[in-house]
Amino acid sequence: MSAWETVIGLEIHAQLATRSKIFSGSPTAYGAPPNTQADLVDLGYPGVLPVLNAEAVRMAVKLGLAIGARIAPLSVFARKNYFYPDLPKGYQISQYELPIVADGALEIVLEDGAVKRIGITRAHLEEDAGKSLHEGLPGMTGIDLNRAGTPLVEIVSEPDMRSAKEAVAYMKKMHTLVRYLEICDGNMQEGSFRCDANVSVRPAGTQKFGTRAEIKNLNSFRFVERAINFEVERQIELLESGRAVVQETRLYDPDKGETRSMRSKEEANDYRYFPDPDLLPVKVDAALIESVRATLPELPDQKAARLATQYGLSAYDAGVLSASRELAAYYEELVRAAPADPKLAANWVMGELAAVLNKEGLEVSSGRMPAARLGELLGRVQDGTVSGKIAKEVFELMWSHGSSADEVIESKGLRQITDSAAIARAIEEVMAKNPAQLAEYRAGKDKLFGFFVGQVMKATGGKANPAQLNELLRSKLRG
Amino acid sequence: MSALHVRTLTQLADGLRRKSFSSVELVSELLARIEKSQPQLNAFISVTGAAALEAARAADQALAVGGGGALTGVPIAHKDIFCTAGVRTTCGSRMLDNFVSPYDATVVAKLRRAGAVVLGKTNMDEFAMGSSNETSFYGPVHNPWNPQLVPGGSSGGSAAAVAARLVAAATGTDTGGSIRQPAALCGITGMKPTYGRVSRYGMVAFASSLDQGGTLTASAADAALMLREMAGFDPRDSTSVDTPVPDYVAALAQPIAGLKVGLLAEFFDKGLDADNERCVRAALRVFESLGARVREVSLPSLPLSVPVYYVVAPAECSSNLARYDGVRFGHRCEQPRDLNDMYRRSRGEGFGAEVKRRIMTGTYVLSAGYYDAYYLKAQRVRALINRDFIRAFEEVDVLIGPTTPTPAFPLGAKTEDPITMYLNDIYTIGANLAGLPAISVPCGFVQGLPVGLQIVGPHFSEARVLTAAHAFQGATDWHSRIPAGYA
Repeated sequence: MSAWETVIGLEIHAQLATRSKIFSGSPTAYGAPPNTQADLVDLGYPGVLPVLNAEAVRMAVKLGLAIGARIAPLSVFARKNYFYPDLPKGYQISQYELPIVADGALEIVLEDGAVKRIGITRAHLEEDAGKSLHEGLPGMTGIDLNRAGTPLVEIVSEPDMRSAKEAVAYMKKMHTLVRYLEICDGNMQEGSFRCDANVSVRPAGTQKFGTRAEIKNLNSFRFVERAINFEVERQIELLESGRAVVQETRLYDPDKGETRSMRSKEEANDYRYFPDPDLLPVKVDAALIESVRATLPELPDQKAARLATQYGLSAYDAGVLSASRELAAYYEELVRAAPADPKLAANWVMGELAAVLNKEGLEVSSGRMPAARLGELLGRVQDGTVSGKIAKEVFELMWSHGSSADEVIESKGLRQITDSAAIARAIEEVMAKNPAQLAEYRAGKDKLFGFFVGQVMKATGGKANPAQLNELLRSKLRG
Repeated sequence: MSALHVRTLTQLADGLRRKSFSSVELVSELLARIEKSQPQLNAFISVTGAAALEAARAADQALAVGGGGALTGVPIAHKDIFCTAGVRTTCGSRMLDNFVSPYDATVVAKLRRAGAVVLGKTNMDEFAMGSSNETSFYGPVHNPWNPQLVPGGSSGGSAAAVAARLVAAATGTDTGGSIRQPAALCGITGMKPTYGRVSRYGMVAFASSLDQGGTLTASAADAALMLREMAGFDPRDSTSVDTPVPDYVAALAQPIAGLKVGLLAEFFDKGLDADNERCVRAALRVFESLGARVREVSLPSLPLSVPVYYVVAPAECSSNLARYDGVRFGHRCEQPRDLNDMYRRSRGEGFGAEVKRRIMTGTYVLSAGYYDAYYLKAQRVRALINRDFIRAFEEVDVLIGPTTPTPAFPLGAKTEDPITMYLNDIYTIGANLAGLPAISVPCGFVQGLPVGLQIVGPHFSEARVLTAAHAFQGATDWHSRIPAGYA
């Protein structure tokens, strides 16, 4: 048992999947040539004014409802003032004292299967900044304002997490949720979903929080885990050697696997927040809330519970299958195509299918293996046309050739042999070829049963029906 | 001498429609007057003569076939705070000396659609921060009544241009009195509408919760004509209000008999010049003679307007002016060593002393540890002032008082002492803090200098305010007087 307890809170930034920016009509598409998706409002030209994108408000409300939070009837945009070249107006429009969403929670499942509630203090709307570019610009800094004004929702958790693993579980859960809600594409490489981690340690069993460091801009689950673990070790080392943790902002360097100081509390900006006089308070009435509620999909936890009950799956399997709406939809379509054994369908989705998708970096929604087609194969397993083992071979051919299960089974002659006479003939041939083993078996060396199964399978190209083979073999060997 | 220049906006619009003269003729005459006046008045920062003549020719063609809008062919000028596509928009600052706006402000676009011909951009206090037009990077504007005196500010160029009949009407902006105070000091009519009545889109921001575009004209009737074209909801300005624009011109005909006029007790304080007071009290008798019922009204929180304003306005300005960083437009220093050097020198060189003073004041009042004591408290007092006005308007239809404590003062007289300068706006700031429509009309002369009378109405009562001013102007001729040498 460690003498130290880790305390973690996350600030997750999720880019909202609106078509246009939060305060201008510019498109939000990623990857366009620099400054081609920034209009005069995004550039902060003299005289321009922000106009709030109503869709961003609906998305924030949707998130609030999904995490059981309070939706503020009145929330206020404020200006966060600081100078930076990629911040065109010299201030970021954000919500400060009155955020649109407050007091929510998300449940995560710990490694031991226990469920833990992570409190969510608030979620507020804000605009993203642009980017500074240095590559290919020696001695200069380029500014790309395509991202400036992209809507973000910043989701601030309570300091409820006690390990890097819990933090990752929470972040993954939120990642799943925002994609379920279709309010964020969740693309972490493009920065659509990222977080800042507030990390501190305290002597185990004490209540008072230790001094925290904030690690900025973590954009992968792996980085979150590594950065937090590094930071925890660093802080414990400091404290155990009698030194103090300094309150500061730190950056994670993924190449070196370490965090380093960015600026101390003393160097921190005084952001001089005040309500933005260019924007009216955001009003969310009951009618708006209800119209958003009507668009809520089945949420991940609800879906997992339903899958478990409806299909008799384990909590773990149901959790895996509900990791995304697309995966769950695929699974349910598969069960509809091959309804006899939902558990078998789950194993195939999480096993063979997940393996090939993963190998080729594809999503289940890629359409490479339609659920109906995989369902046909499972049907062939269920009706005894092929064994489970042969089915894997059939699956690989279906994947590589894009053909149907029956096409593969017929063209490759993989249909299972269920003709008892044919199996018996094969058994007799094997017995005749292996008199020594037969004698040993009959002398009591039961273990050789497996050897005979293998030989018969080999002789039949793996196609012998396993149950029939077992039964016939046992009686023939007995003599 | 055709003497078209002495005609009012309303007369010019009528004359053009009746083809008594052409827009080209009119524009040519005014361009010549502007050019001749520049050395004495310095009312313009940019004159767009070629474009104006081209627009005048197009207007004449439209008029020839009976087309055009309410202002077709009528020359106007814009305060250089309104963005004009393809034309330099300086805001009176070195910071924007090189700034050619890529777009039109909504006000500019609306007036253009109404047919108005823009002669140029008028001089102003830098970023509209000033009450004398002495903070302009382009030099002070001189008062047409006496070139040794200030024209008031910040819309000093627009006020002087209209007073000297270089143009019949000009746009202005009013954050703490920047339309009404120069109108009073130059002897013309200055109208600041309700906050949200005129779009702020494309109007370079000084203090966003106070800024409002309006008109500088020779009469209330002209203000009604021009405002009718400028006003209205703009989806690009979230603070503009979606309520119909009444026909201000049609409303002018209504009599004001029975109008309940409140005399603003707090404005007749010891700072008010005795001669100014005499003019304002005489004006009240005119209102009585027109059938209005005058009574005294007290707004106890109103004397706190100046301190509240000088917290709120600088706070907003410190943030609004952060975008002038030398990165995307405007002034950038030579050879910056690094980012901070670029910020410091670009802003240090680009902004003048008054702008810097307000940015620093605003930064201070928003700082951690001071926010509650200054900004938050100021907002609370602002709410009290607003409540005072609302209460007063339960009893009276309009409030009347002086526009300024004194007539125009000499150039340089108050530049050394910002506080004395700030006190010039003591009577005008209240309407900005409460977002109310207010007009200044000439109500007399003191030693040859015009004195302004202010009429304030409830929110969105522009028609009532304009009608009261129009009735007053029907009974007086102060607004028709033109400075010697410009008649």
